[in-house]
Amino acid sequence: MEAPAVRMDVRQAGSGVAVVDIKGEVTAACEPVLMTAYEEAEAGGARRLVLNFGGLEYMNSGGIGMLVTLLVRANRQHQELAAFGLSDHYREIFELTRLDEAITIYDDEASALSAALR
Amino acid sequence: MAQQTGPEGATSAEQIGLSVRESQAHPVPRDAGSWAAKVDRLEAPDRAGMRGTNVAGRRLNGPVQGFGKMWQKTYRMNAGTVCSPQAAIATWKAHFPELWPRGNRFAGPLAGISPGDVALLDLAVGGGVKLSTGVFVLYADEDSFTLMTPQGHMFAGWITFSADQSGPDTFVQAHVLMRANDPLYEAGLALGGHRKEDLFWVQTLTALGERLGVADPQVETRTVCIDSRRQWHHARNIWHNAAVRTMLQRLAAPFRGRHRTQSAS
Repeated sequence: MEAPAVRMDVRQAGSGVAVVDIKGEVTAACEPVLMTAYEEAEAGGARRLVLNFGGLEYMNSGGIGMLVTLLVRANRQHQELAAFGLSDHYREIFELTRLDEAITIYDDEASALSAALR
Repeated sequence: MAQQTGPEGATSAEQIGLSVRESQAHPVPRDAGSWAAKVDRLEAPDRAGMRGTNVAGRRLNGPVQGFGKMWQKTYRMNAGTVCSPQAAIATWKAHFPELWPRGNRFAGPLAGISPGDVALLDLAVGGGVKLSTGVFVLYADEDSFTLMTPQGHMFAGWITFSADQSGPDTFVQAHVLMRANDPLYEAGLALGGHRKEDLFWVQTLTALGERLGVADPQVETRTVCIDSRRQWHHARNIWHNAAVRTMLQRLAAPFRGRHRTQSAS
């Protein structure tokens, strides 16, 4: 499998909330990168994980499958997942795959954080 | 056909329906033509000898909407140096229906597999029972394609068929991410359904290997339970169960025929 062409940076954004800035390509190959980011967020005590897709350049069906795996892992720990920064194209993919029923999508970071910190 | 709003193979912002402002904010990604356009409910395509009753009007169900435990299954075959990954996928797309095990039917469009296509399926589920359902082509590019299942199918989820290069060898694989759609299917999986499904994909990959010219195709199976919890709030998916509906439709068929004859006379 090819090396993942993605970067995921974790930053704490308030009490129990972590934002993961995703830049590059989301495919099945980037699962180790995403899981490392998740573990970093979890180690910081995150109860809500907010995924920033503003830097998303490419995503295939393997990438969507990986997000489902992340969702299961987060749900097991009673953590919530949210997302923002999705273009219309990627928002449609979330809706088509019905991932939007489990990962709440916000228009921007301010509204995602405001909901997360409520 | 599915109710879709965008054309296949679209590459420009205008073609995939992006506004000028949107296209300026987000350049058109190179995956834009590989994904199906959004559909709310499926339309059953017209396929000779097959009824789309269990497909028409159904929604797509991903692993999030399924009932049973969540499984990730990978069936992988080393195709050696007989072809490139892209050639393997092109062959798989072109001959997909012919590679299915005997007794099962995949009726897709004649032109191969493209995003947004809907195919009707007749599956042999054992004991002479047939299940009529369908699949939706969620994603397709030159390295992979993904089928997603509708309500009533045995599984809620998707199957990705892909090929990759490892050293000099080409590997092809089917990767399943799914939950049983309802409690009845979950019981069926536990009572031999998983074994039957494994055999189905091993036979399919073996047939692909033979078509590609692989001397002795060997398929490796890897199964991982991603989530052992059942989603009881989705138990009512059973309303759409295509196995039950297919059985009832077959039982009712003679009466429907008689009713039509009486109406005509």
